[in-house]
Amino acid sequence: MTEKLVEAIVAMREEDAARITEDLLKSGTDPFEILTMGRDAMGIIGQKYSDGEYFIPELIMGGEIMNQVVEKVKPLIEEKKAEEGTKTIGKVVIGTVIGDIHDIGKNLVTFFLDINGFEVIDLGVDVAPEKFVEAVKESGTKVVGLSGFLTLAFDGMKQTVEALKEAGLRDGVKVMIGGGQIDDNIRKYAGADAYGDNAQEAIALAKQWIGG
Amino acid sequence: MFIYPENWNSLSPDEKMQARFDHWLSGAGNKFGNDEAEKRYRRRVQRLIDVINLKKPDRVPCVPQVDAYQAEYSGMPYGEFLYDFEKTEKAVIKFHKDFQPDYNMAMIAPGKMFERLDMKTYRWPGAGLPMDSKSYQMLESEYMKADEYDELIANPEGYFMRTYLSRAFGALQGMSMIPSLYYAMEFPMVPMLMGMFAVPPVREAIQALMDAGQITGEMMGTMGRINAEVIGNMGIPSMMGGFYKVPFDIIGDTLRGTDGIMMDIYRRPEKVLEACERLIPIAIQIAVQGVNMSGVPLAMGVLHKGDDTFMSDAQFRKFYWPHWEKVMLGIINEGIVPVQFVEGRYNTRLDVIAEAGLPEKKMIWWFDQTDMAEVKKKLGSFSCIAGNIPTSMFLTSTPQEIKDYSRNLIEKVGKDGGFFIAPGADIDMATPENIHAFIDGAREYGKY
Repeated sequence: MTEKLVEAIVAMREEDAARITEDLLKSGTDPFEILTMGRDAMGIIGQKYSDGEYFIPELIMGGEIMNQVVEKVKPLIEEKKAEEGTKTIGKVVIGTVIGDIHDIGKNLVTFFLDINGFEVIDLGVDVAPEKFVEAVKESGTKVVGLSGFLTLAFDGMKQTVEALKEAGLRDGVKVMIGGGQIDDNIRKYAGADAYGDNAQEAIALAKQWIGG
Repeated sequence: MFIYPENWNSLSPDEKMQARFDHWLSGAGNKFGNDEAEKRYRRRVQRLIDVINLKKPDRVPCVPQVDAYQAEYSGMPYGEFLYDFEKTEKAVIKFHKDFQPDYNMAMIAPGKMFERLDMKTYRWPGAGLPMDSKSYQMLESEYMKADEYDELIANPEGYFMRTYLSRAFGALQGMSMIPSLYYAMEFPMVPMLMGMFAVPPVREAIQALMDAGQITGEMMGTMGRINAEVIGNMGIPSMMGGFYKVPFDIIGDTLRGTDGIMMDIYRRPEKVLEACERLIPIAIQIAVQGVNMSGVPLAMGVLHKGDDTFMSDAQFRKFYWPHWEKVMLGIINEGIVPVQFVEGRYNTRLDVIAEAGLPEKKMIWWFDQTDMAEVKKKLGSFSCIAGNIPTSMFLTSTPQEIKDYSRNLIEKVGKDGGFFIAPGADIDMATPENIHAFIDGAREYGKY
């Protein structure tokens, strides 16, 4: 029946996914296994996105279905197992830079980092440079992702990279940027290490830098 | 302002377009300060009409799409540009005087008016953003609930007036109580209708609209002075006609938000389609209203959720394209040129557009990051195309690099006419040298 759950989530059959989850729980299936199945389903959705078969509607809908599964299952998972389940290959700090509130691109990258086993520290939107500095210090991350949709993000990215430099953290991190009007010209302008054209490139960069 | 001639309804769509072009070309409504300005104005409008008709004018037109940069160039924060009209006026005039662009896209927006209405759908410098921020930003939210599609479909105008306005503007909450005007029929019915206008929240909402109108009236005075200088004395025509939106974006951007509409595609696809269909005449009306008001026969479609990365080809063909196509055709039918301002990337959409059999010489397709060679190949036979200098270049490149980009672009897609050169999106940040290079580039390399 667990295969059926994966199938239902991947096919965006919301009601089926909820029903199967409940049936699985009733029949005594380990809740952790259900969660794993959910993650597998998200992995397949991510793959389909990378293959150009799925797009934003499926990522949003898939995420919504997964949330419903998690809500049913999470209270039943033993703490120890939950910890095992969240073992990650590295941390990435991500956010939309100061002045910009667009989050679709950032959320896409977060989604893919997450299903690829990274621990994502998502600072949200309109993130001040000092918040990035703080998060880098606290997490000890090696990778920072800066997102921005509007042309005003050009300066937000530059300010953030400068703030990292001033805090003496620049040499310890790699900075990747992406979004709407962002391109390689802006990478140079902002002093970032790399520009990613899409979510998959962001994952490849994070893997390359963290090694995973 | 374009006022319909008496025989308007008997004109064919082609005749309507010609009448609108003639009006635009005549410069009616503008007072020219000198003959040279008038000649320049006509030459520039004619160039644009030529490229719409897929002809070769004397040279490639060059359209600077600037907004916040006009403030930056005058050394003022964009916030001041939205709040202090005396300064706005000076900044817009200075920009056009110094750069002498072929066209003006001057559009000013009064911060105080948005504040009076307590508009919740955006934040801007002065309200939620620092004064020196370079842009305004939309705040998506679920202004329409998932179970309200039927209400929207039954009466979109009423839904916008009562439900959307009262939710999206804090000062217009009383609009939710505006009664149906169909009560204005029988002697005893009229007082019942008017009774609703005695109710305090309704009166407050109407007062807010009147105040907002007053502030906007002041802005229009400023706009008039800008036009007298920029159009009347410099001969730089306005390209700001009207706007239009694709039905799917009306629902996705404004009413349901991205998450909402994307889930609706799965949860209630039939409702989404029905609502999109219902919004077609309204989207056309939006274009007509703006074009008649400005007298400029161009309606710019601001496109969002149909981009390559947003939805699949099948979803695009089902949810985005069919209603959009009908809106464009409806706009053309009114004698107006729809201008598709295609931000982002549209490489995978070009085939759908090319295969639709759209009418010849009636539209402008303006691209951002789409492959222009493909655009030329697929759309160039029937439509004027435009684009696509990356906005990042205006800030980070050298003037020579901008000129080189322009020259390559003109050689690649502009040789046969039917083309104008423009940035891919709004220029908000730039160096003056790069703007000059952009304008000079078209003049140097764009001669036919």
